[in-house]
Amino acid sequence: MNSWLRSLIVPIEGTAHAAAVDRLYVFLIWLTAFFFVLVAGLLTYFVIRYRRRGPDDRTPRITHHHGLEFAWTAIPLALVMVVFFWGFRLFMDAAVAPGDALEIQVLARKWVWQFEYPNGVRSVNELHVPLGKPVKLIMTSDDVIHSFFVPTFRIKQDVVPNTYTQLWFEATEPGVHIVECTQYCGKGHSTMLAKIFVDDEKKYNDWLENGGDEGKSMPLAAFGAMLYANRGCHTCHSVDGTRGDGPTFKNVFGRPVRLIGGRSAMADENYLRTCMMTPQVNVVLGFEPIMPTFQGMLREREIQALIAFIKAQSDLGGVPPAGSAASSAARGPSGKP
Amino acid sequence: MPEDAIATQTGEGAANSGPANYLNEPRGLWSWLTTVDHKRIGVMYLFSVLFAFLLGGIFAILIRVQLLHSGGGIMKPETYNKIFTLHGVVMIFLFIIPSIPAAFGNFVLPLMLGAKDVAFPRLNLASYYIYVVGALLGIAAMVTGGLDTGWTLYTPYSTSTNGSVSLMTLAAFILGFSSIFTGINFIATVHKLRAPGMTWFRMPLFVWGIYSTAIIQILATPVLGITLLLLIMERMFHIGIFDPKLGGDPVLFQHFFWFYSHPAVYIMILPGMAIISEVIPAFSRKNIFGYKAIAYSSVAIALVSFLVWGHHMFVSGQSQFASAIFSFLTFLVAIPSGVKMFNWLATMYKGSISLEAPMLFAISFLLLFAIGGLTGLFLGALSVDVHLHDTYFVVAHFHFVMMGGTVMAFLAGLHYWWPKMFGRMYSERWARVAAALVFVGFNVTFLSQFLMGSQGMPRRYYNYLPQYHPMHVVSTIGSWFLGVGFLVMAGYLAVSLRKKMDAPANPWGATGLEWQTSSPPPTHNFEQVPVVTHGPYEYSLMGAGK
Amino acid sequence: MSDSAATLGHGAHEPFLQHHFESPEQQADASRIGMWLFLVTEILLFGGLFVGFALMQSRHPEAFLHAHHHLDRTLGFINTVVLLTSSFTMVLAVRSAQTNDRRRLIVFLLLTIVCAGIFLGIKCVEYSHKFHEGLLPGSFYSHRGDPVPGEFMFFSFYFMMTGLHGIHILAGMGLMCWLLRRAVRGDFSSRYNTPVDFVGLYWHLVDVIWIYLFPLLYLIR
Repeated sequence: MNSWLRSLIVPIEGTAHAAAVDRLYVFLIWLTAFFFVLVAGLLTYFVIRYRRRGPDDRTPRITHHHGLEFAWTAIPLALVMVVFFWGFRLFMDAAVAPGDALEIQVLARKWVWQFEYPNGVRSVNELHVPLGKPVKLIMTSDDVIHSFFVPTFRIKQDVVPNTYTQLWFEATEPGVHIVECTQYCGKGHSTMLAKIFVDDEKKYNDWLENGGDEGKSMPLAAFGAMLYANRGCHTCHSVDGTRGDGPTFKNVFGRPVRLIGGRSAMADENYLRTCMMTPQVNVVLGFEPIMPTFQGMLREREIQALIAFIKAQSDLGGVPPAGSAASSAARGPSGKP
Repeated sequence: MPEDAIATQTGEGAANSGPANYLNEPRGLWSWLTTVDHKRIGVMYLFSVLFAFLLGGIFAILIRVQLLHSGGGIMKPETYNKIFTLHGVVMIFLFIIPSIPAAFGNFVLPLMLGAKDVAFPRLNLASYYIYVVGALLGIAAMVTGGLDTGWTLYTPYSTSTNGSVSLMTLAAFILGFSSIFTGINFIATVHKLRAPGMTWFRMPLFVWGIYSTAIIQILATPVLGITLLLLIMERMFHIGIFDPKLGGDPVLFQHFFWFYSHPAVYIMILPGMAIISEVIPAFSRKNIFGYKAIAYSSVAIALVSFLVWGHHMFVSGQSQFASAIFSFLTFLVAIPSGVKMFNWLATMYKGSISLEAPMLFAISFLLLFAIGGLTGLFLGALSVDVHLHDTYFVVAHFHFVMMGGTVMAFLAGLHYWWPKMFGRMYSERWARVAAALVFVGFNVTFLSQFLMGSQGMPRRYYNYLPQYHPMHVVSTIGSWFLGVGFLVMAGYLAVSLRKKMDAPANPWGATGLEWQTSSPPPTHNFEQVPVVTHGPYEYSLMGAGK
Repeated sequence: MSDSAATLGHGAHEPFLQHHFESPEQQADASRIGMWLFLVTEILLFGGLFVGFALMQSRHPEAFLHAHHHLDRTLGFINTVVLLTSSFTMVLAVRSAQTNDRRRLIVFLLLTIVCAGIFLGIKCVEYSHKFHEGLLPGSFYSHRGDPVPGEFMFFSFYFMMTGLHGIHILAGMGLMCWLLRRAVRGDFSSRYNTPVDFVGLYWHLVDVIWIYLFPLLYLIR
C-alpha cells in the first residue's frame, strides 16, 4: 500500500536518503489525511445533523470547554514537534558529507550546468557518478542565483554567485536521473536541465578516462544534433532562423559574418571552432558577448560533431567555400539532412 | 434596541435607491471623490480590488492556457515569464493585501463598533488615493514592458534584467503606504471609538482579526518599503548591497524581502479568518465557541509571524542552525490556526445551520484552508521542504491558503454584507451555482498541482517534461470552471444592483451592531449611539428567528 | 494650564472637533495613538537601513573604516548641536501653544525652521565636498587612491541614510510652515494644540535618528 502511494506521489528513490525522506513524507500524508478526514467528516455530519429545522430553532449557549481546548492544542503541538525533530534529523544527515566523498565542482550559468572532476575532466549538462559512493558537489554561479534540484534524490540547494554552496548524495539506483534548475533565472530557466548518469564503478572509470561511448557509432552530424540539445547550445542558438541570445545556425556556414569592431569573417570550420573555444574573439554584430567558452569541455570528436551539425543547417553545408582551409575538423562525412 | 428598520421605497429621489442613505446622499461624482465617509471609501476599495482580481485572473487564465503545452503555445518564454510575474504582483499587492481590510474593514468595522466613522477619515481617503496612484504606476510598469523577475524580485536577477522593474517596485513602495495608513487608522479606531459598553471582549471577532492584521501592517510594511527602495537604488545606482560582483550579498535581499512577505501572508489570512468568525455563528445561529481563544490566537499569529521568514529560505544557503530555528517556529505558528479550525467546528455543533451563500463560502473555506494549512506542515519540515521547495507543491499550497482561504472568506463576506452595503439581495440560486463552480473548479485546478510538485515539477517553468502533461491539462480545465464561476458571480451581483432596494436591515438574523441599522445605513451610521450590554454572539439570548 | 479667553458656549461645536468624535479628549487621544504608530513605522523604515549598513560593514570592515575618514566630524558635530537646538525650540513652541502664547509659538516655530535650514545648509556643504572628491554612491564613485576597494559601498549607505533623513527634515520644515500659517491664523490654544504637539513628536524622532546616524557614520572606529 505504502509503496503504491509512494509511486503515485514521488519519483523513484535514487538514494537511501530519498527513501528516508519518503518515510517522513508518507507519515505526513497519513497524519494530514487523518486530520482532514476528521474535519471534513465532522463538518459534513454537523451540516446534516444540525441543519436548521425552522425559524424558531433554539441552540444551546456553549462558549468554551477548557478540557477540549487544551486537548486540541496540546495534541497537535506534540505531533508537530515529532514532525519537526524527524525532519531536522534527516536534514542534518543530508547536510554533512562523508569525509571520503568524491568532490565535483559545479558552475551554474545561464542556462547550463558545468561540471569539473578532480582529474580535470569537464562536462556540460551531464554528470557521471559511481554507484554506491558518496559524491559532494561544490557549487557556485557565474551570474544569478540558480538551484540544483534532483527530484529522485530529494535534494536541492541554491547556487549563489560569489559564494560556494554544497550538496552531497550517494546514489543507489543506477541509470539516468534528471537535474532541474529551480530558482527562476530568466528565459532558459525551464530548459536548464542536466542528467546524472549513475554507473557502476567500471563504467564510471571508463567514462572518466574516455568520455563514454555515447555517439561512438553515430554519424557526426547526428551526434552533433544530440550535443546541440544536451550541451545547452539550443538555449541561445536556434536552427530555424529565429533570433535568440545568439545567432541562428540556419544558413550560417559558408557565408561571411559581420563581427563587432568592423571585422568580417568567413563562417568555415575554423571560424566555428574558434567560436566554441574563444567566443570573445568572434562576437557577431548585433549580439552581446555572453557566450561561455567550451574549452576543455568538449572532446575533439564532439567539436567535429557540432561543426558537422552546424554545417548541416546550412544550404552551403556540403560545399566548402572556395579558399577555405580544409582543416582536420572537416574529416568525416558531413551528413546533409 | 431599535426595531429592525426595513428599507422601503419612497416616491422621492431616484426610483431604486430608497430613503436617504450613504449611497444616495450626498449626490454626484465629486461628493464620492472627496468623501471621507468610511462606507463610501470601502465601496470604492471594493470595486478597485475586484477590478484588480479580474486583471490578475486574466493573467492566470493565460498562464494556464499556455501550460497546456510544454513550449510553443500562445506566447514566447519571455512573455510567459512576464505574465506569471504580473499575475503575482497584481494579485498580491493590488488585490489580496488590501481586499478584506480596505473593502470590508472600512465599511463594517466602525458599524460593528457602534462608531460614526474611523478615527482618521481624511487619512482614510488619502489611503485610497495612494492605492490608486500605486495601481496606476503598476499599470504603467505593465504597459511599458512589464517585468519577468517573479513577484519575489530576487537579486541579482532583478537588478540585472531588462524591464520596468524599478517602476513596478516604486508602485509597490507607494502601495505600502496605503496599507500602513489603513493599519494606523484601524488601531486607533478600535482603541478609541468603541460604543459605550463595548469592552474589548465584547467586540466582534472580526474586529480582533482586523486589529491583529493592522499590527502586522504597521510593523512589517515599512521593512518592505526600505527593501524596495534599496532594490531601486541597487538597480539604478549600483550601490552594491545585493550585487555579488560589488561585494554585496544577494541572499540578504531574500532576508529583507521575506521579513515583510511572510507576515504579509498573515495580513492576507487573518482578515479572512475574521470573516469566518462572523459568518459561522450567524449561520449556525449559535454563540462562537472559544471567543477568547480565537481573539488571542489572532494576536499570537500576528506576533509570531515575524519569526518564521526563513522557512522560505531553507535551501538558500543560510546556516542549518537558522533553518532549524525557523522550522521549529513555523510549526509553533501553525497551532493557533488549527485551534481556530476546531473552534469554528465546535460552534457548528448543536447549532441551527442554514446553507445560504455566505455559509457555503465559509464551509468552502473550512475545507480548503484545512488542506492549505495541513500542506504547510510538509513545507515546514526541513528535509521534506528540500524536495518540495520551488515546485508546484508550493504553488498549490499557497493557492489553497490564499484562494481557498482568503478569497473564499472574501466571498463569504461579500455575500454576507452585500445586502447591508447595497440594500439589495442577490439571487440565492445563482449564488449557489457560482459557489459550486468555484469550489469544484478550484479543486480541479490546484489539487493536481500538489501531485505535480511532489513528482518534481518546478515552478515558473515554461517547458516541462512530458510526464507532467496530463496534470497540467487537468489543472487548466479546472481553471476554466473557476473562471466561469466568477463570471456567473459578477453577473448576479451586477443584476442585483439594478433592482430596487429590497433588503431588510437584518436579512440573516445575525447579531452585531451593523445589523441594527438600515440596509444600506444612513451616512451617520446610527440614528442613536448604540449602547452595548452583552457579547457579540448571543444568539441564545436573541431567541427565536429574526 | 490657563483657560483660553475664547470660551465657547455650551452646545456649540468646537471648530476643531471632528464630527465622529464625542469629545476633544477622545480626538486628541486617538490622534496621539495614530501619531505614535506612524513614528514606529518610521523607526522600522530607518531600521532596515541600519541593519543593512551593519551587515555590509561587517563584510567590508577596512573599507568602511577608511571611507568614514572622509567625513568631516566637525561639521557633523555642529549639525548635531543645531538639530538638538531645534528640538529644544520645538519643545518651547509646543509649550507656547499650550500656554496660549501665540507670539512665542510663532517665534519658536520660526527658530526651529531656521535651525533645520542651517542643518540642511551644512549638509549641502558636506555633499558638495563629496561630489568634488568623487566620493559618491555606487556607480558614481570616482575617488582615486583608495587603500582598500569597496569604499563606494560606505558612501552608498552614507548618501541613502543621510538623504532619506534629509527628506524627512524637509518634510518637517514643510509641516512647520503649515503650523506657522495656522498659528498666525490663531488656530492653536490651550484647548487645542495637538498638531503642534505631534509635529513636535515627529521632529524629535527625526532628531533621534540623527543621534544614531552621526556616531554610526562619523565616529565609529
